[in-house]
Amino acid sequence: MSIVSRIQSIKSGDLLPERQFKPDNVQLFLYNSALWNAHRIHYDYPYATEVEGYPGLVIAGPLLGDWLTQNVVEWLDGDGRLESIEYSNRMASYIGEVLRSGGKVVSVDQESATIELEMYIKNEADEVITPGAAVVRFSES
Amino acid sequence: MGNLLTKELLANIGRTAAPREELVTRRDIRKYSVATGQRLQKFLAGDEAPPMFHVALFWDVVELEDLTPDGVSIDALIPKLPLERAMAGGLKIEYHKAIFPGDVLVSNRTLTALYEKQGSQGPLIFYEVTMEVTDQAGEPVLTEKTTRIMR
Repeated sequence: MSIVSRIQSIKSGDLLPERQFKPDNVQLFLYNSALWNAHRIHYDYPYATEVEGYPGLVIAGPLLGDWLTQNVVEWLDGDGRLESIEYSNRMASYIGEVLRSGGKVVSVDQESATIELEMYIKNEADEVITPGAAVVRFSES
Repeated sequence: MGNLLTKELLANIGRTAAPREELVTRRDIRKYSVATGQRLQKFLAGDEAPPMFHVALFWDVVELEDLTPDGVSIDALIPKLPLERAMAGGLKIEYHKAIFPGDVLVSNRTLTALYEKQGSQGPLIFYEVTMEVTDQAGEPVLTEKTTRIMR
């Protein structure tokens, strides 16, 4: 499908494919290592639970934000670029939880080939733990 | 309104951190891409950086004695606030151009907002830090605004 016919086929309310995530200790360790983030709540279980009172090791907030960007970029599939993204970490999540990312189209401007998306990370209780929004612009690369 | 933020604290709005310059390497992009579970080959191969790679690139590297007992590096840009427990935070990023291995990027951080609100369970302090990332020629690469809520 050409980019022009693809954007013409996109309507408000269209859903982005969901993706499931089940982060484990290894992934969380590698993520915080890549950042150089030594915050104990991400790897020191006794500290996270006994001192900070969390039910487990806390998934890093910007990792959830990254998953939102992946959802958008994979949906774009090379047909344009991510212009902006925003999100807020409203509720914590912990190792052992199964999370999923997704989103939907909220507006389409055919003239500028610009689409606004509403994004989310949800937990197993179907609560939105990280709401977000993104703007993408379709174009030939 | 509340009175937690004194005139002296509010005078920190507009304060800037020293510019930081970092080299983007293919290896660092690959590490970041693996750790975040990227699925696109260009990211996994390190040919291009995923959209939030700059979070890792510009994470502060401090010496061990400068980490707090819970392993956090103190952000010297933020003054000591009367509320110290961090709650939810948010990020907004505007992208101007993609990041590739070999790029040398410069970040400039500014404390752009500091204000107080009454929450349902007591006062809250909000602050916002804006990070402008440019390339060596001064061309904009991205703008990131981080908001933190303290209770």
